[in-house]
Amino acid sequence: MVDGVAPRAFTREDILGILDSVMDPEVPVLSVRELGIVRDVSVDSSGAVIVTVTPTYSGCPAIAVIEADIISAIRTAGVADVLVRTVYAPAWTTDWIPPEARAKLKAYGIAPPLRTDSPGDLVQLLRVRPSVQCPYCDSYETETRSEYGSTACKAVCWCRACRQPFELFKSI
Amino acid sequence: MTAPSVVPAAVEPPNARVELLLRLGDDRLVLGHRLSEWCGHGPILEEDIALSNVALDLIGQATMFLRLAGEEEGKGRDEDALAYFREAVEFRNCQLVELPRGDFAFTIARQFLFDVYAVVMLDGLAKGSDPEIAAIAAKALKEAKYHVRHSGEWMLKLGDGTEESHRRAQCAVDDLWRFTAELFAPDDVDRTMLEAGAAPELSAVRTQWDTLVRDVLDRATLTVPHDVPRAASARGGRCGAHTEFLGHMLAEMQIVARSHPGATW
Repeated sequence: MVDGVAPRAFTREDILGILDSVMDPEVPVLSVRELGIVRDVSVDSSGAVIVTVTPTYSGCPAIAVIEADIISAIRTAGVADVLVRTVYAPAWTTDWIPPEARAKLKAYGIAPPLRTDSPGDLVQLLRVRPSVQCPYCDSYETETRSEYGSTACKAVCWCRACRQPFELFKSI
Repeated sequence: MTAPSVVPAAVEPPNARVELLLRLGDDRLVLGHRLSEWCGHGPILEEDIALSNVALDLIGQATMFLRLAGEEEGKGRDEDALAYFREAVEFRNCQLVELPRGDFAFTIARQFLFDVYAVVMLDGLAKGSDPEIAAIAAKALKEAKYHVRHSGEWMLKLGDGTEESHRRAQCAVDDLWRFTAELFAPDDVDRTMLEAGAAPELSAVRTQWDTLVRDVLDRATLTVPHDVPRAASARGGRCGAHTEFLGHMLAEMQIVARSHPGATW
């Protein structure tokens, strides 16, 4: 900021634009907005910014990093007063990830999340396994090797058609 | 001269909301810590990662439940104070989760029995009348569904696997069975929260738990143990009566926080 120049007033849209450039630290092709972590942004009359976020997994170690990244990006743009507020309801769901972001995940080699099941019979939960499409060759001849992968949000799969391991963004 | 009248000190009735939140939080904190003991010791890399991931989820859920418990209690204790500066008798977890991790079959069988209970219980809490508890439960339920799929599939692999894996899985289920009744034994806290519409009826939770557990054990070719006589069933964890194992675990879990109070890193 240059001395003597009044600080620029930021609108809600400006802040949303800044958040488009804040990437998830573990899935760097998606922004925190595309992931659905950002639930709301407000700018009050004094110019103070409040960003409301919701965590992905409750034990996700990236939460603190994401908060720090959001604050740092908005401060760097010239806003002094930034607060990140966490809410738990409604609970984060991968259904909030839009189609364009799903395409980015696939291009990055991560199978996008499936649509979450409607709350059905709990017995079915332990019996039915939906089929996953390989992000490389589009085959459905795949198997899940492990429900847990390199991060809390991914599972490890194997494609029998192209004989490639790949990661699946879990649906919750 | 008349005898001085003895006025009994007013005993504050336990706050049912705080108690329920401590039970939910402590179950997850203690089990999460037990699972974290596998980090670097898993039988295969994928399982090392899986058990550590489940541990992270459970400790994250514990953080949310304990934070709310501390707020409701109003004594200025946050989730860290509750986790690191309470004695074993103040913990409200069920005894099932505090048992040493045992072999891999024992860890998985315990996890499966708990995961099914968690899914049914959280489902009921998420539909309950307490908006803050319901919000945390709805979030935790999504994770619990993944947990039960993981532990349930391992029950099938171990039970319907080799002679050795079957034997170990059956031993684990047999040893753990007497710790399951405690999950469904209602007391005043459960009744108060049920009347408030905030928590599910434990007998209904048990019915659903039975159906799900039997379905998987049957398919895993494992025998469902006979009901354990009441006198031989574990109980008391919800009121602070624990096995000797919890104290040992807490000594390890709390040593750094107690040696360096207020330290940050």
